[in-house]
Amino acid sequence: MSTTAEMLLTVEHLTMRFGGLVAIDDLSFEARNREITSIIGPNGAGKTTVFNCLTGFYKPTVGRLILNHPKSGNTYFLERMEGFKVAQVAHVGRTFQNIRLFGQMSVLENLIVAQHNVLMKASKFSIAGLLRLPVYMRAEREAIDLATYWMDKVGLTDKADWDSQNLPYGDQRRLEIARAMCTRPVMLCLDEPAAGLNPRESLELNDLLVSIRDDHGIGLLLIEHDMSVVMGISDHIVVLDHGRKIADGDPAAVREDPAVIKAYLGEEEDEELPPEVAQDLATSGTGGKP
Amino acid sequence: MADTVIDTKKPGLMVGWLDLGAMLKECVITALLSAVLFLPFIALHADTGGSGGLVIETRWDSWAWFVLAAFVGRALLVVWRENPSSRTRDMLAKTVVTPVGGFFRKNMVAIGLVALVLAVLFPISPFGNRYSVDVATTWMIYIMLGWGLNIVVGLAGLLDLGYVAFYAVGAYSYALLSQTFGWSFWVCLPLAGVFAAFFGVILGFPVLRLRGDYLAIVTLGFGEIIRVILLNWYNVTNGPDGISGIERPTLFGLEFGRNAAEGGTTFHDFFGLEYSTMYRVVFLFYLILALAVLTNLFTQRIRKLPVGRAWEALREDEIACRSLGMNPTNIKLSAFALGAMFGGFAGSFFATRQGFISPESFTFIESAVILAIVVLGGMGSQIGVVIAAFFLIVLPEMAREFEQYRMLVFGAAMVAVMVWRPRGLLSYRDPTILFSKITGRKSTGREHQA
Repeated sequence: MSTTAEMLLTVEHLTMRFGGLVAIDDLSFEARNREITSIIGPNGAGKTTVFNCLTGFYKPTVGRLILNHPKSGNTYFLERMEGFKVAQVAHVGRTFQNIRLFGQMSVLENLIVAQHNVLMKASKFSIAGLLRLPVYMRAEREAIDLATYWMDKVGLTDKADWDSQNLPYGDQRRLEIARAMCTRPVMLCLDEPAAGLNPRESLELNDLLVSIRDDHGIGLLLIEHDMSVVMGISDHIVVLDHGRKIADGDPAAVREDPAVIKAYLGEEEDEELPPEVAQDLATSGTGGKP
Repeated sequence: MADTVIDTKKPGLMVGWLDLGAMLKECVITALLSAVLFLPFIALHADTGGSGGLVIETRWDSWAWFVLAAFVGRALLVVWRENPSSRTRDMLAKTVVTPVGGFFRKNMVAIGLVALVLAVLFPISPFGNRYSVDVATTWMIYIMLGWGLNIVVGLAGLLDLGYVAFYAVGAYSYALLSQTFGWSFWVCLPLAGVFAAFFGVILGFPVLRLRGDYLAIVTLGFGEIIRVILLNWYNVTNGPDGISGIERPTLFGLEFGRNAAEGGTTFHDFFGLEYSTMYRVVFLFYLILALAVLTNLFTQRIRKLPVGRAWEALREDEIACRSLGMNPTNIKLSAFALGAMFGGFAGSFFATRQGFISPESFTFIESAVILAIVVLGGMGSQIGVVIAAFFLIVLPEMAREFEQYRMLVFGAAMVAVMVWRPRGLLSYRDPTILFSKITGRKSTGREHQA
């Protein structure tokens, strides 16, 4: 097993209730640095809610979310941090299930806005920026360099000046990942990055994610339905169903887990129908079980 | 359209490509509708009778002319619309509307400079009489207000219906500071801006969580609160009586009155000129021109800074902003504060120009006009604001003799703009940074976008 130094994220007893609905029920798992941890499960299993708790959009009802920042060595309790600070201070980046780009802004602008906090500091309350002092101009050049690096990486350099809303769907997905990476995160949460991609684009996405893991040495947390992505690149899989963890392990183990098969495909044996339903079916004459 | 109508219906009396029956039907409907509409507007006319009371007289002949005009107009419209050879509609769409936008878009800086030179030369040109310079000054005030509000509405996407409150705060700040402490315009101007920005932050705090309609309602309420306070806080603001005798601005200590105050020098004495009221009018024009240009340059520059980009990002998607670690509170408050600051500058100019202010100058309709300027001009478009302000401020001023029809024309113009250019007269957004420009690397370019 890994040492605590490699541990990036520890989720302990995470519970999220919306009124009477329990979206996440006592969930605990761990994610390591330089690994891709996938969270899978049927629709409505609570995967996106986990992300929203991790990235500060929801305050969990119960539980602790501990992030060990590998670069600074600090420990952050994400559940106590104000929404935007999770990204600003703890450096947790994320993408969204329904893409959220700055539609009327160009590709390059999207990537520069992502570096807002660095540039804001360099612009010294905008005064250095208004006067075009070297300290700001240098920071801006570095921001453009980082943006260019990521545009090259996701293949959008030729479309750098396009409004992001005019990009094809697959490009928008990749731009959102590039934008999140421009915040220099230590953990990147990807909410269904392969949704709507064709098989070729899916494969390219696999390569991109593996490269982010290996070349940039960060931990990835992935929600995905596309099993070719999940099984192909995950180091570790957590399976949720109705807000509970039903399996946890490497891809091979999870694939064989009977609880997972049950959650995805249903049970094999016929369950006993309640007597009144069975009677209704018999009297209606149509017979036959569904 | 026309083809499908002919296909499905039994063709009536056809003359070439024109279906006379359908055309007649359309014209009669239009005439009937206009007959009803013009009945109260044209046919019935209230006039003061001999006894001093109101007498209603009828004007059936003019009414008939209007109805006939509607009939003929509709007929011409049908002919124009149905004519397959001229393709006038497509021509209008392709050769008139889009290239106008493209022309503005490509020559933005040149147009701005030409406009600036024209503005500087205007008072000394043959057109520059007292009246025209005065109207141009009013125009400039609204341009400046439009540019200020553009920061809040156009860039940050926060719909503000109470912008006139900051205009009022600026005006009253100057008037009160000047009268209480005897400070000059040039000392009070920045202070008025600071006060207005402070009020911008005060408004900003309670509305941080609001967007869209809800935000609009609260800002509307804020505008009214400020006006009502000005109206009722008699000890300080002098209530509905307003503040009069507000000090006029000086040019490096030179006054523009006929006689200088104690120890002062007047402008015409200093330069050995004949006294004329024109000097002050022209000076005020250059003053507001300078303030407006300052607003414009500041906005252009700040758009390219992290703050400005954050405003636009916030307008596009607040949730994405938060996921990138941007503090929405700071972004919104800075937008409100800076937008309000320029409103405050314009307000103190207004106070020093009029020499008298009262709450009556800061009603909701002012907010509505400023917002209309921004929306008609095209959100975020600087030159659009200039053009829209011309239509909303200067044209009604020039067409005073048609005062009765002012609102009618105003409304018609609004509808026309919203039909043909639903996103404003000149609505486009220039990227704050162009990759092809900074690197020289070839980008497939914005023109090829879908």
